[in-house]
Amino acid sequence: MTSKHEHYYVPAQSAWPIIGAFGLFLIAYGAGSYVQQLQTEQTSGGYILTAGIAVILYMVFGWFRTVIGESMSGLYSKQMDRSFRQGMSWFIFSEVMFFAAFFGALLYARTIAVPWLGGASNNAMTHEVLWPNFQAVWPLVTTPDGTKTEAMGWTGLPLYNTIILLTSSVTLHFAHVSLEKSKRTALTLWLGITILLGLAFLFLQAKEYAHAYQEMGLTLSSGVYGNTFFLLTGFHGMHVTLGTIFLFVLFLRVLKGHFTPDKHFAFQAGSWYWHFVDVVWLCLFVFVYVL
Amino acid sequence: MNAITREADMDATHIGEHSTHHEEHPTGIKRWLFTTNHKDIGTLYLWFSFIMFLTGGAMAMVIRAELFQPGLQLVEPNFFNQMTTVHGLIMVFGAVMPAFTGLANWLIPMMIGAPDMALPRMNNWSFWILPFAFAILISSLFMEGGGPNFGWTFYAPLSTAYSPDSTALFVFSVHIMGISSIMGAINVIVTIVNMRAPGMSWMKLPLFVWTWLITAFLLIAVMPVLAGTVTMVLTDKFFGTSFFDAAGGGDPVMFQHIFWFFGHPEVYIMILPSFGIISAIVPAFSRKKLFGYSSMVYATASIAILSFLVWAHHMFTTGMPVFAELFFMYCTMLIAVPTGVKVFNWVATLWRGSLTFETPMLFALAFIILFTIGGFSGLMLAITPVDFQYHDTYFVVAHFHYVLVSGAIFSIMAAAYYWLPKWTGHMYSEKLGKLHFWCSVISVNVLFFPMHFLGLAGMPRRIPDYSIQFADVNQIVSIGGFAFGLSQLIFLVVVIKCIRGGEPAPNKPWDGAEGLEWTLPSPAPYHSFSTPPEVK
Repeated sequence: MTSKHEHYYVPAQSAWPIIGAFGLFLIAYGAGSYVQQLQTEQTSGGYILTAGIAVILYMVFGWFRTVIGESMSGLYSKQMDRSFRQGMSWFIFSEVMFFAAFFGALLYARTIAVPWLGGASNNAMTHEVLWPNFQAVWPLVTTPDGTKTEAMGWTGLPLYNTIILLTSSVTLHFAHVSLEKSKRTALTLWLGITILLGLAFLFLQAKEYAHAYQEMGLTLSSGVYGNTFFLLTGFHGMHVTLGTIFLFVLFLRVLKGHFTPDKHFAFQAGSWYWHFVDVVWLCLFVFVYVL
Repeated sequence: MNAITREADMDATHIGEHSTHHEEHPTGIKRWLFTTNHKDIGTLYLWFSFIMFLTGGAMAMVIRAELFQPGLQLVEPNFFNQMTTVHGLIMVFGAVMPAFTGLANWLIPMMIGAPDMALPRMNNWSFWILPFAFAILISSLFMEGGGPNFGWTFYAPLSTAYSPDSTALFVFSVHIMGISSIMGAINVIVTIVNMRAPGMSWMKLPLFVWTWLITAFLLIAVMPVLAGTVTMVLTDKFFGTSFFDAAGGGDPVMFQHIFWFFGHPEVYIMILPSFGIISAIVPAFSRKKLFGYSSMVYATASIAILSFLVWAHHMFTTGMPVFAELFFMYCTMLIAVPTGVKVFNWVATLWRGSLTFETPMLFALAFIILFTIGGFSGLMLAITPVDFQYHDTYFVVAHFHYVLVSGAIFSIMAAAYYWLPKWTGHMYSEKLGKLHFWCSVISVNVLFFPMHFLGLAGMPRRIPDYSIQFADVNQIVSIGGFAFGLSQLIFLVVVIKCIRGGEPAPNKPWDGAEGLEWTLPSPAPYHSFSTPPEVK
């Protein structure tokens, strides 16, 4: 039964996916109930949501431990490695499309919805009848119904954050190069610096949010400018948080001596993810802050 | 499982280890809950899809019972709205899409000579989150304030300012459905790109595999956009944003743009795998090679690309600039070209073939004719000025039920009959299969064809009551509906009988069938190919 082709690896049965399915159910049901209970005294949704997150964390931990164990004992063929890489690339593509929906909303609001409310194209009567005093400008600091806010400038914190995130992509690349050249100390160092830069970014973004809410009156509900600002930067921030956790796990694995110059899918995936988050930020910086 | 670390003794030890591993055949509930096997997961998907088909079908029966005569008799208008909404959601996300994913799971590894899907554990996860998503969606019907009542398209502000509180649960259940589809699609693409047997070059791939590859790409591209849309609905309703509210600088029409950017590729997601199925069945029962294989591949790809450029044909009446209306009208009509190529190729395959008419072939032929009718009514709807008349009438309902029921669902039925012998190891009852076919094909036309006339005469969709002059035709439609619903129970009987026994099926029960799946025994072994077959 010898074959000239590499043998396929088919993993054995696993309980992790069904645990994860149950966790996701708790998260969805809990989050749905939590949102409905926002204006009420009830709190059951929050508990279900927390339980769901706990189950998912347990699942992620267990599932990854199994996979890392299998990978370290050499069960995975080159084909598995390719499958993982391609799977990760397509996952990142799906993330790109998720952000595309929100960028699409931003561009539509800026170039179509707001100008039309101001009477552009053939909408003179819309403007005249609905809100004749409305000024179609971007950033939209005064909404048609009169909510006022301030626009976030691009200098200061956002600029620092751009520099920080761009630098972190470079340091992560250095870490990757060090891994490929088997320079373990440099790898640890560069990866550690990347994580610190990620944390610095998140810290500054939290400060920026506090500033926006407390001093500028720019909130999630301040019209379509605030909506797009907070959902875009917020989802990006969530991705940076996940990316930082991802890098931290890689850091622990590097300390344990995992990864070789030619076999380091997880590291590759983490670095792709980080570069993707970086590119999203660049688009954000240009379209949300500068323009 | 520990001695196999070195590459050198890979061949000998590895295969030894794994052939014992392959013998392992878990039983009981654990087999289904923990499974990493593409056939088990395919079976789960198919049964889930069938249960959802009957559930969504029951809701359609409520709709047709209420519309049996004018006036309000059986249900409250709000409940009627919930039925139309959840019927649509269940049929799209619960019946058609999981059925295709189930077929992909069962068939793609066998067709390309792989042992299993590329990412088997993720495969399990993407199935098992689905029943949970639908449990949440359906449970919201029983909550205070009722379930979603805004149509499956959940247009703002119906889904924001005027929707029930349970919209939050709707949003999160759609998120789970999206996650499931994306993971399923990633698995399909990676499997096809990475697990093909040596010699299985791109232009040798069975068309079902090709069409699914392109479908999977569409899924990964647009399901995240749906996730973004429902997220904006959630924040608009519960967190004070105004994406779809002009008072805050947003626009309800923007909802439609974002939704249909997802929604239009979505309708091709529900038809491209059908094209693959029909392209397998028609040659098999014509005993000829498929006419124009490569043009089929290019036509599928063209349809997929064009599907991103036509979304606003759902929105001709929203007051878009004329330039946009013309652009979307012409792009939509352009889709008729690659679709026409396909229909032409199927007919050319039939031409001078040695035809026989077993149940799969009957469903395939009905597909070609009835899907083409749906395509033609689509062309009528694509003409902007004419669409102003048809928009939101029963003409639209007739159109998309022709392409989805007598299109997508018929192709799924055809696929089920065609591959049942391979799945179960038994031949199904041809007599019952034909009975199922004739009952279905007659009732489906009684059900949907008169809807064209209702629509042209101006009967609006999604309304529980109607003007008296529509009464006769609505009665005919409802009778067709009940008949079609009952006919599907015959299919259930056929499948259960086939699983429980019947004439043993040979490896290749159909003379003209082609493909690696027919080289395997019937029923197919638990793991399809443990080493890759050579494809010449």
